[in-house]
Amino acid sequence: MAVTILIPTALRVFAGVQAEVTVEGDTAGRAIEAFADKFPDIRQHLFDENNALRSFVNVYIGEKNIKTVNGLDTPVRDGDALMLVPAIAGGTGAI
Amino acid sequence: MIRLPPDKKDAVRIEGEEAYPDECCGFLLGTLEKDGLRNVVEILPVANARERKERHHRFHIDADDFMRAERQARSGELDIVGFYHSHPDHPAEPSEYDREHALPFYSYVIVAVSKGIARELTSWELLPDRSRFNQEY
Repeated sequence: MAVTILIPTALRVFAGVQAEVTVEGDTAGRAIEAFADKFPDIRQHLFDENNALRSFVNVYIGEKNIKTVNGLDTPVRDGDALMLVPAIAGGTGAI
Repeated sequence: MIRLPPDKKDAVRIEGEEAYPDECCGFLLGTLEKDGLRNVVEILPVANARERKERHHRFHIDADDFMRAERQARSGELDIVGFYHSHPDHPAEPSEYDREHALPFYSYVIVAVSKGIARELTSWELLPDRSRFNQEY
């Protein structure tokens, strides 16, 4: 089934400068794998050396974070949009 | 490079003063111009999601807030072009902690807030190799 990957601005340079792309997959994990296969340069930003989703990358289906559903095994339906969401943090670091 | 209009700079300064002695944080929504300019047209404040006792020197933007900001931006044909946060009683320069947690491409606006009064406001972009920030202004 066809799902749309919504790409944050920081990662678009690795995906042909596109804001969204359509891939095939029946779970969130397979859809993101298909996305990484299509744009190999983005893989290192999404997956670690064990091929697990990096801790600072969140994936949403609609308004649901897949971490609160079934992780990468969360099923997707035809026409779903998967949003990639990076973790954002910082600060002075002063004690 | 970023274009941050004076009224948006003032809004960031006010956010910094209101959050003091904690760090404030939020999104910069705007347009991406063909020459690479990030043109900020809206700032979107969000709650600092760090635990209470850490907020004076750390900020974290909750993933749910990012998801909603991304939706808001896309619905207005805008993009998330950066983030802002304050440095209470600390210079408006990115810390090593900022560098470790930053992503290339985005603009990172920092406002220094000294004893509750907003002072210098700067903007920074992380180099693609993550080695350091370039100051945008």
